[in-house]
Amino acid sequence: MKKTTLLECRDVWKLYGPAADGYLSQNPSPDSNDLKKAGLIGAVRAANVEIRQGEIFVIMGLSGSGKSTLVRCLSRLVESTAGEIFFEGKNLLDMSAEELIEIRRTKMGMVFQQFALLPHLTVLENTAFPLDVQGVDRTTREARAREVIELVGLKGRENYYPRELSGGQQQRVGIARSLVVEPDLWFLDEPFSALDPLIRREMQDEFMRLQNMLHKTIVFITHDFDEAIRLADRIAVMKDGAIQQIATPEELVLNPATEYVAEFTRHVSRSKVITAGSVATPLSGDSFAGSVQHNDLIDSIADQVESSETPFQVMQDGEVIGQITRQTVVDVLVGRR
Amino acid sequence: MRRLAKSGYVFWIALFAITWALSTFSFALYKALDARWIIRFPKQWQLELDGKISTFLDWLVESAGFYFFSFRDLTRAIAAVIEAPYQFFRNLLIEGFSSGIGETATQILPSLSWIAVIVCVTAIGRYARNWKLAGLVGACFLYLAVFGQWESAMITLASILIAVPIGVVGGGFLGIAAYRFEWVNRALRPILDLMQTVPVFAYLVPILILFGFGPVAALVATVIYAMPPMVRITIISLQSVPDELLEAGRMAGCTQRQIMWKVLVPSATPTLMVGVNQVIMLSLNMVIIASMIGAGGLGFDVLASLRRLDIGGGIEAGLAIVVMAIALDRASQAFAERKYQAALTGNFFQRHPLAVSALLVVLGTSALGVVIPAIQTYPDSWSVTTGPFWTDAMKWVNINFFDAFEAIKVVILQWLLLPVKGFFSGIPWAWGIIAMGLIGWRVGGWTLGLMAVLMMAFIAASGLWAKAMVTIYLCGVSVFIATVIGIPLGIWAAEKPRAGKIILGFMDTLQTLPSFVYLIPVIMLFRVGDFSAMIAVVLYALAPAVRYAAHGLREVPEQIIEAGLMAGCTPRQILRRIKLPLATPHLLLGLNQTTMLALSMLVITALVGTRDLGQEVYIALTKANAGAGIVAGLSVAFIAIIADRVVNALAEKQRKRLGL
Repeated sequence: MKKTTLLECRDVWKLYGPAADGYLSQNPSPDSNDLKKAGLIGAVRAANVEIRQGEIFVIMGLSGSGKSTLVRCLSRLVESTAGEIFFEGKNLLDMSAEELIEIRRTKMGMVFQQFALLPHLTVLENTAFPLDVQGVDRTTREARAREVIELVGLKGRENYYPRELSGGQQQRVGIARSLVVEPDLWFLDEPFSALDPLIRREMQDEFMRLQNMLHKTIVFITHDFDEAIRLADRIAVMKDGAIQQIATPEELVLNPATEYVAEFTRHVSRSKVITAGSVATPLSGDSFAGSVQHNDLIDSIADQVESSETPFQVMQDGEVIGQITRQTVVDVLVGRR
Repeated sequence: MRRLAKSGYVFWIALFAITWALSTFSFALYKALDARWIIRFPKQWQLELDGKISTFLDWLVESAGFYFFSFRDLTRAIAAVIEAPYQFFRNLLIEGFSSGIGETATQILPSLSWIAVIVCVTAIGRYARNWKLAGLVGACFLYLAVFGQWESAMITLASILIAVPIGVVGGGFLGIAAYRFEWVNRALRPILDLMQTVPVFAYLVPILILFGFGPVAALVATVIYAMPPMVRITIISLQSVPDELLEAGRMAGCTQRQIMWKVLVPSATPTLMVGVNQVIMLSLNMVIIASMIGAGGLGFDVLASLRRLDIGGGIEAGLAIVVMAIALDRASQAFAERKYQAALTGNFFQRHPLAVSALLVVLGTSALGVVIPAIQTYPDSWSVTTGPFWTDAMKWVNINFFDAFEAIKVVILQWLLLPVKGFFSGIPWAWGIIAMGLIGWRVGGWTLGLMAVLMMAFIAASGLWAKAMVTIYLCGVSVFIATVIGIPLGIWAAEKPRAGKIILGFMDTLQTLPSFVYLIPVIMLFRVGDFSAMIAVVLYALAPAVRYAAHGLREVPEQIIEAGLMAGCTPRQILRRIKLPLATPHLLLGLNQTTMLALSMLVITALVGTRDLGQEVYIALTKANAGAGIVAGLSVAFIAIIADRVVNALAEKQRKRLGL
């Protein structure tokens, strides 16, 4: 089933440096050498992204790869040098300041790396802040804020100030604030990068729990490939401002488009990415130990399949599409496939 | 020799040698060549700016007009706007509210009783931090009542209550404008530089001419003096709000105005409060100086006592200023460090216990005060005067230690002050200009050199060269001594935490004292003259030398020190070969601050009889000669600006060299 596109950007550029604005009209598609010669920095180069309703779209890249700039272009926190960005079919870049404010007030939410909580407001007031600036009256906005605070598991801490909370709790407030207006499009800019590894794990689980309830359309930025694979429906890998590849985690691992992407995927535990369907082989006999679904991760069925002499059927939409053998599972686990 | 040449010492040695030779033989040269222009700037080349400025000001006040109103209407309007709230505070704190005038006046409401004021400031102290601070602030104000300084102190307080809000709000808005619009920022920067370096006496004169003698003129001068740091701190604090917070505001759909007032300003509030503290302290400092143009209050008491040579009275009023400065400083600092706390719940009385109880005391004492006068006004018979005690103490010190003090004074005069004075006074003006240009060029490139040449030429062309040299010599010697004392103290404070606490605490207190206060003990022990001026300047300018040295040493990264320890350095070697070199940029910044403070104090020491530019400004003030005051004031400002830029350029060079 093809989902509708919520946000789309076409050939978006963001250049920094002297006379960056005029440069592209004379040189429509410069490469990195051209830019260097002109004394410009290509923070985002010719980005084409299509974000579909209800998916988690992860933009992955190391620091300086332009991922943060790209997401700021998408939310128009940063003005793109060139390109078009369509949100619900309308060009975001043509919108007036008022229209943009209206869209941000009702349809977008964003979570920040350093939480970006206002130090002079309590948890409750921070969460209610987006409603406050819209002029929603106090009772309504606080009632709504309390709902969201409960949703992110901070009930009972409404009157705390940010400095009285741990990093993980502060980011929960950041998440609550971004959700309070019930946005359609949810930006998360490295939301868990500033947290300790254990807390990060917990927050990722929490995030997935929320997403299973809310089904938002999400643009998620990270520099952590494991995090990207864990959360993403699709991943865009960025390097030096350019997108290297956009694919599902499984495709990335199985068919990396460039050497750079391959470098990332090399150390990923493949069993957590590869599904039964993609390694299924044609049926070789008719005795089966059982069946698995085509989108089951190898990791989740490995024990079962490996302990059985006979292969398992692989099912898709109620039909058998192939089989999976003990040998195949072992191949995936040791990284031969 | 080659090493010397490489490290650039040759330049400095040569420059000094030429200057010294010219300084020593300039008089002989003039006699031999019969060329008077060598030591005196030719009269016919002088700019005569002072006359032009005075004429311009006269024209402004007498006949300038904009379509609908004259310039005088404008100043009168400003005066009226300031006068009204000032009178309100005076009524509130001292005179009480009355209707009618003269004989027929009847009091409607009494002023706040002394008990009410003390309770209010105590409540403010508790609100700002804790009962300890409340006790300190309350005790300070109680001191004012007990030692008979209440009325003067309340006059000073009324001035501050007017000057501070104007300074804070005005400075805040200018800062916001500079943050929002780059052109405002660019236009403001040189104005702020001048406002902070032109000595206060210099703009007292034009203000005196525009607003007339009285509290309003004093308040205008105070606001001009106290506002620049607020502007700067506002700009810096807004710029240092994290980008993410701004973006969070924008993503929440804030309008420009909401971003400013709901995101930027509240997040910057702790830093802004530091600015408020600065405005309060500078206002206090200035209100005292401004007693010369009619502010009244504690400053006037000190000035009057000094003029009468009433030692005890001067010390009494001076101590009252100190006490008030400490109270205001600690309370406003506590506000800057105040953490957001959960609001109390309950009804109005439960939520605002402090305000309610303070209000009750105010009402209660006002009612009771009608019946029992002692509650309304602190009775004179209860007050303690320490004046005679101080007078006697000073007498005793002078009788017993006169010879010792005199000996110190003579030795320093003979061996330090006079030779240095001779050196600077001997420098022919033409070479002085060139030498300054060379120094500027050497440390900061040709723009700085050119600037130095132009500024020094301005001083010479205004006929102020000799006076300027006295200023430079006094300032130089004072800065030298302050550095020689201050840096070791700073090192000590950094190396020994316990001593550091005491030293830095003492320096903090020294810095809160209005500059005027320093004159009192100095003039009593050493009487008038260059030596007294120098002591006052050293005391006033000592704090930054100590502070920056201590700070610089403490900032040296722990790892580098550990590396030194592992390489087997002795503590001495660690200090000399690791800490001090790494701390040089900080030491230079301290030197810069010391120089700035020394120059500002030097002008005030005109009151103890120096013969420098400060005296020129002060004379202009007493003669109400605006042009001469402004020209001499600008000359001081130019010296300050050159010193500032040169030392900053040196610090910047060091920092680059160390890769910091």
